[in-house]
Amino acid sequence: MKSPQFAPEASRFRPRGNPGSTARALRGRGAVLPYLFLGFLIVYFLIPIWWLFVASTKDAQDLFTSPSALWFGKGFNLIPNLSDLFTYDEGIYIRWLLNSVLYALAGGLGATALAVLAGYGFAKFKFSGRRLSFSMLLGSVMVPATALVIPTFTFFSDLGLTDTIWAVILPSLLNPFGVYLMLVYTSDAVPEELLDAARVDGAGEFRTFLQVALPLLRPAIVTVLLLSVVANWNNYFLPLAMLSDKNLFPITVGIGLWEGQASANNGGGYSLWGLIIAGCLISIVPLVIAFLSLQKYWRGGLAVGALK
Amino acid sequence: MATTLSASPSRQKPISDPVRRRSAQGRRRNVGWLFVAPFGIVFVLFLVAPLLYALYLSLFNKGLATGTTFVGISNYVKAFTDPNFLNGVAFVLLFALVLIPVQMAVSLAAALVLDAFSSLFVRFSRLMIFLPYAIPAVIGALMWGFLYSPSFGPLQQIFGANAPALLSPSNIFGALVNVVTWQWAGYYMIIIYAALQGIDKSLYEAARIDGANGWQIAWRLKVPMVASSLVLIVVFALIGTLQFFTEPEILAPISNGSIQPNTTPNIYAYSQAFSYANFNYASALSFALGIVVLIAIYIFMFATRKRGSILS
Repeated sequence: MKSPQFAPEASRFRPRGNPGSTARALRGRGAVLPYLFLGFLIVYFLIPIWWLFVASTKDAQDLFTSPSALWFGKGFNLIPNLSDLFTYDEGIYIRWLLNSVLYALAGGLGATALAVLAGYGFAKFKFSGRRLSFSMLLGSVMVPATALVIPTFTFFSDLGLTDTIWAVILPSLLNPFGVYLMLVYTSDAVPEELLDAARVDGAGEFRTFLQVALPLLRPAIVTVLLLSVVANWNNYFLPLAMLSDKNLFPITVGIGLWEGQASANNGGGYSLWGLIIAGCLISIVPLVIAFLSLQKYWRGGLAVGALK
Repeated sequence: MATTLSASPSRQKPISDPVRRRSAQGRRRNVGWLFVAPFGIVFVLFLVAPLLYALYLSLFNKGLATGTTFVGISNYVKAFTDPNFLNGVAFVLLFALVLIPVQMAVSLAAALVLDAFSSLFVRFSRLMIFLPYAIPAVIGALMWGFLYSPSFGPLQQIFGANAPALLSPSNIFGALVNVVTWQWAGYYMIIIYAALQGIDKSLYEAARIDGANGWQIAWRLKVPMVASSLVLIVVFALIGTLQFFTEPEILAPISNGSIQPNTTPNIYAYSQAFSYANFNYASALSFALGIVVLIAIYIFMFATRKRGSILS
């Protein structure tokens, strides 16, 4: 098997973000206006998150009476608020958190595995029926997940699959855009000669895929995985339609439930609003961390989707 | 093939043997199907089958007294004459017409600035602008709902008694435009930015030698070069906007009636399915909305006469 030696070399084929060299020349000249614009955008995009953080440090009374909505109140009550959140209703929020993790990871890993295999199949084999299935794939990229929710619900409802974890996980295995992304990336990053060399060396097709192609596809795999996990973590319509047992809810649907109860209470639900605010804060932490720490991967991957 | 060839490392041998080569290629074709098949099964089970089943359901009606009866296209006739559905369609079309230009302007401007300058601050801004993409739409809508609200948000502290009621029926449209722009502009910015980064840098040098300044390079060179990305983004934004559901659904409980069960077609279909258990009509509404989306995309493509590569 020669392939491991090829791998580092072939990784030069990877499209990389090029830190702008002309950009450096521009720096400092008339840059005040663009920098002001960026500063304004940062404030705009961070204000809701800042508000959420500040609000989750306030106790129930401070939340309504503190003189500034965008600054801290009298005490710093983040820890008590979080312990209220995690103990309310026998710790239902922790259940929702774990459900979200399960749905996001199971759906995300499954969808990514299917996308890697299918993308490789489309990119590297001229099988019969390829053109037709490829057009169907492209057509389905245009069908948003939202449009499928009610049809899938009616279908699952007659199969008796609704209100189970499968009702959320199985439909989220479908990610045509992921397949498309993998296809484009595979065509670029896996040279035909490398595969032929492995075949000549006696590797079977599946082994060639695992040992030669797969290592070259890592940036695209991380991107597709991250995008699928985000889509599933953020999903609301599908679990809302499929689930009625609140023990199966993901965070998004759970917080939606609390919001409905708190608004129906019309002011009686003060403590619930505090829980909602703390719950929102916790729910955004995992993905924000994932995005910040994996940015060098998804930037390259998204670039492929944009260029082709 | 694998075992026979591993004994002889020569590359010439299989090529000089046309019969074996052809059969090996035939086998490779089948292997292609094996790679695609797992996704193909999911595709059939969770996309084709639900759509066909819903299409079938949409051609029937279920009555308590009459049972299930075939009604042909009458559910579609009902949908396209149902003022609730038509008002929802008008709402999302108008929403797309206002939202998409705003969103495109923000994300294009941000991408151009981020592409033209480079410093720690610029890289930091890029991440911060993209951040909302990682936040669930439910949470995004709730956070803005809190900021809009007189009891939680800063408006009353800034404007006192004259604070604008951003969730009132006359302001809800703008309030929703703001939430969706905030949520998605960063994602579109990253796509445009990636396309900008892919442009050959020597073009800029050539333009500068010809006397073009930074603004001219941005408008005359960069924007046309990323036009196909822009078209693609508009198509995706259009599809997403016409299917509008999560944000209005989340803001509905705190909007004091500004958002009704018929505000968008998807909310209407959802309420038909789950409040009235009217699955036949809800399925028809889903397809009717799909038809509207197709027509809208077709009109847009016809108007721009320029295709994103994903469609060609």
